[in-house]
Amino acid sequence: MTVGVFDPQGPIAGQERDLIVLAIGLMLLIAIPMLILLYTFAWRYRAGNKKSADAYQPDHVGSFGRQLLWWCIPATLIAVLAVINWKTTHALDPFAPIPSSTPPLTVEVVALQWKWLFIYPQQGIATVNWLEFPARTPVHFLLTADAPMSSFWIPQLGSQIYAMSAMQTQLYLEASSTGEFVGKDTEINGAGYAGMTFTADAVSESDFNAWVAGVKASSSAPALTMGAYNALAAPSAYVPPAFYSSADPNLYDYVLMKYMVPSSSPVMTGMKM
Amino acid sequence: MEHFLLGDLTWSALPHQWFTVGATATIVAGLAVLAGLLTYLKKWKWLWKEWLTSTDPKKIGIMYIVMASVMLFRGGLDAAMIWLQQAMSAGNAPGFLGAAHGYLDANHFQQIFTAHGDIMVFFVTMGFFFGLINLIVPLQIGARDLAFPFMNSLGFWLYVAGAVFINMFFVIGGQFAGSGWLSLPPLSELQYSPGTGIDYWVWSLQISGLGSLLGGINFVATILKMRAKGMTLMKMPLFTWTSLCSMVLVIASFPVLTITTLLLWADRFFGMHFFTTTAGGNPMLYVNLIWMWGHPEVYILVIPAFGIFSEVVSTFSGKRIFGYVSMVMAAIGITLLSFLVWLHHFFTMGAGADVDAFFGIMTGVIAIPTAVQIFNWIATMYRGRIRFTTPMMYFLGFAGIFTMGGMAGVLLSIPGADFELHNSLFLVAHFHTMIVSAALFGIFAGITYWFPKVTGFTLNERIGRRAFWLWVVGYFVSFIPLYILGFLGATRRLDHYAASTGWQPLFITAGVGVLIIAAGALTQVWQVIVSIRERDEHRDTTGDPWGGHSLEWSTPSPVPYYSFAVAPEVDSRDAFWEMKKRGWKPGPAAPGTYKDIVMAKNTGMAIYLSGFVFLGAFGLVWHIIWLAVAGIGGAIACFIIQSFDEDTEYILPAAEVERLDRMAWERNK
Amino acid sequence: MDNEQTITPMTEAEERTDTQVFGFWLYLMTDLIIFGVLFAVYFVLRGATFGGPASYDLFSLRSALAETIVLLTSSFTCGLALVAAQRGKANQTIGWLAATFALGAAFLALELTELSRFVATGASPERSAFLSAFFTLVGTHGLHIGVGLLWIAVAIVQVRLRGLTAGTRSKLTRFALFWHFLDIVWIFIFSTVYLYGII
Repeated sequence: MTVGVFDPQGPIAGQERDLIVLAIGLMLLIAIPMLILLYTFAWRYRAGNKKSADAYQPDHVGSFGRQLLWWCIPATLIAVLAVINWKTTHALDPFAPIPSSTPPLTVEVVALQWKWLFIYPQQGIATVNWLEFPARTPVHFLLTADAPMSSFWIPQLGSQIYAMSAMQTQLYLEASSTGEFVGKDTEINGAGYAGMTFTADAVSESDFNAWVAGVKASSSAPALTMGAYNALAAPSAYVPPAFYSSADPNLYDYVLMKYMVPSSSPVMTGMKM
Repeated sequence: MEHFLLGDLTWSALPHQWFTVGATATIVAGLAVLAGLLTYLKKWKWLWKEWLTSTDPKKIGIMYIVMASVMLFRGGLDAAMIWLQQAMSAGNAPGFLGAAHGYLDANHFQQIFTAHGDIMVFFVTMGFFFGLINLIVPLQIGARDLAFPFMNSLGFWLYVAGAVFINMFFVIGGQFAGSGWLSLPPLSELQYSPGTGIDYWVWSLQISGLGSLLGGINFVATILKMRAKGMTLMKMPLFTWTSLCSMVLVIASFPVLTITTLLLWADRFFGMHFFTTTAGGNPMLYVNLIWMWGHPEVYILVIPAFGIFSEVVSTFSGKRIFGYVSMVMAAIGITLLSFLVWLHHFFTMGAGADVDAFFGIMTGVIAIPTAVQIFNWIATMYRGRIRFTTPMMYFLGFAGIFTMGGMAGVLLSIPGADFELHNSLFLVAHFHTMIVSAALFGIFAGITYWFPKVTGFTLNERIGRRAFWLWVVGYFVSFIPLYILGFLGATRRLDHYAASTGWQPLFITAGVGVLIIAAGALTQVWQVIVSIRERDEHRDTTGDPWGGHSLEWSTPSPVPYYSFAVAPEVDSRDAFWEMKKRGWKPGPAAPGTYKDIVMAKNTGMAIYLSGFVFLGAFGLVWHIIWLAVAGIGGAIACFIIQSFDEDTEYILPAAEVERLDRMAWERNK
Repeated sequence: MDNEQTITPMTEAEERTDTQVFGFWLYLMTDLIIFGVLFAVYFVLRGATFGGPASYDLFSLRSALAETIVLLTSSFTCGLALVAAQRGKANQTIGWLAATFALGAAFLALELTELSRFVATGASPERSAFLSAFFTLVGTHGLHIGVGLLWIAVAIVQVRLRGLTAGTRSKLTRFALFWHFLDIVWIFIFSTVYLYGII
């Protein structure tokens, strides 16, 4: 059993966990006294309490000063949260690269009905529902979909982002240690939604290189041609991991452009090859 | 020819799955029992003349509440089915009834949570609030009727038609939308959702949305134009104020829902390309538009409850409300801000840090007026004489739970946190916390509070408090696990999850919570039955059982159909509170002060009109063009006939009003 | 505040007309929001021609201008009908209403001719997102004009049968608001869709 958001395994998830804890703490600073006051008053000024009977003031409707205070207390808290909000939103922008001495690994992600296709353009291989990557190296995800809108999320590594047809989103994540993490879709996208999970496996640099070489050499890993892709893109659910020893270098662009231009246009026919 | 007559309808559209057969049988049996009962008791004429064709806002209000209660049962059943599936669907254990896991297949499960969401929002919460506003707002402002009585009846019947329509798929078609309560494209486009499920969704929202829009216009016109003499805006009771804010939101946001879902339907019906993935369509446009309606909608459901709680706290603390002006400003502030936050529903779309941060901060700002309201309620209790009646208990439960849900909301408004919580069960727990604590508890408080005004007797307090505790405990047991599950990385809408996640015990706990809530709901039914049986012990003879502050308590209970025998005049806030200070005593008005009253006549036209709209929509869902044309044509014809009818009113003579008024007060002695 | 209006309160009939007109304004506001969304959708999807015809391939200033002139004239005759109604001249009212009806029908005919010409050249609403948005925006306005025509017909019959009562006059006031509203929407369509689309 993992503890998801509270068991971060990377810098992004770590910052997000800290942000959640900080925000909850700040809000409790006001919420706890407020609720104590509420229930104390409710009890103290109950009709049956003879001790507070003399204090009864039915026409007590307040003063401008008191009202101003009411507005200022939450406003101060929200102002503090606004500053935190602005800063962290920019620091945690999914499109922003993670500062690192290691150059990032690029992975192209295609959400399909109902599985995740990962294309490694630098390595020339592809996988389904299995994401192998080196730990302590930023991973640069480029995401699109050949399916209804889906959302790509590895809770222990941090931020999720939508994958949408005819559009590209980006996400930078990094694992600070090796290990297997659960990845999933969070956006309802049809019958196979619940089974659209994958394994994110962070390994050492050398293990990653060995894994790539193994996939390339594997006789059981076919080539991901356009034809193989079209077969793969047909709806299927609870798909076990699969590996492709090579991937058509134009595949990701083809998927991205598929819905953007009419199929008869030259751009498209050029892609189909 | 066959296609002309029946469109896409075939034999296979008739019920043949276990749930459609079951639901259809239940519906038919229920209607048969009802019809039998009405025939046996010879009540058909009474039902038609006294209730269905009534334009009296009090009767329409009661009908809204009855209908919303029925739909609460329907939506609650959906909730139970969702929880049952999730409690049993861990791992790879083979399922029942042809499902791979649990007892529901993924398609069916997805239809259930879609229907659950839509029913609870459109037909339960909105139905209850439209009912309460109909019952109470005219009384609070000293008006006998709404500005447009026929339109009120029409709004109600369109709401009913929409509610029937959302259940029609059981009987014909067997498939509802399975794309989530807002049916985002491209999932909801023909490409990914063939069949009639989405069309049923679109048209039930269209029909009921039109009803809501008519209601919104009617209430705003009523509140702004028909207040008692002397009641300036800043002298209105707070429930009237929050109703006004909520109805302004209806007017400003429901057109967006109407047109956006219509465009989706145009994609599906005419092959257009607004939100398709291809031919230049833009699904993100839909997401933006639907949330421009969707976020104000959240406040449509919550703001009136704030008003109810203001009335309840002030009455049961025996004090005037603390910081009236602040309360009004807070309600208006929430109303305006609710239009500036829609993007927080999809930070994860990648709109950029500046845009995300702006919408996140605006969302946080909404917490300010909300917190001010809570502070003012606390200050209202200060130095009061608090009576722990059921409505007050609901307030105390609401205050704690709502604060927690509000904190979860502020947390979600920070994009960095939202990236880890979006679409998780944390989000589900958050919005259920808000809707259950504010909207539902507010509704329960309001119904208990105003029950004697409408029926003439109070509800049984002992059973009411018991129901309250069951609801509160049930809420915690069912939703705290969801907060935890969200942190564990469980996403919403899962029909299945791996056993290795270890989530099952939490899902089962949540299911126990549902049982406790169900016990609470049954206790409420029991409360009403017992209270009706014991009504003579709980008679409200003064018209003012709680020591109220606003004009509705100046009328005898149950409030007569003409509401006020003599039109009230007002010169301060808490008008009735002041009247009592000046020596007002319950009883008939002074002789000679009575005047003739103009009353709206009953009309069945709204029923016919809604019936035609229903048929037209049914024709459009099934591509039966003649039926669509006939339905729309019939509705237009009804409208024209109605416009020729000038005999819509009658006069209740002053002498008769005087006689009735004396009788109403006499009876209570 | 102490002007004469507060001293002489409105009669019940005046109050009723006042509330009805206010309610109608509220309705017009909701309709305005619907058009607002349609305009926004049109501007978002304007460039999404997907290889099909664009606005400058299709729109002709001449037919759009003709439609505009006809509709503006109908708004003028509608105004005259209202003036006649206020002066209590039933026959004159009916005459101007009939003129308004004829002009409205002419507008609709011109519009339908133009749209069917587009469809005939293959520029139908299914072709691209741009065309879907264009047809829906213009079509929704046209549908409103159609409803307006029905309303005029009913109003003529009612004035004929009942004369200019408080009830019929209140209805005419609301109709005039509706018709002028459609005029304003059309001016927006003409300037932002057609004029801007041709450049």
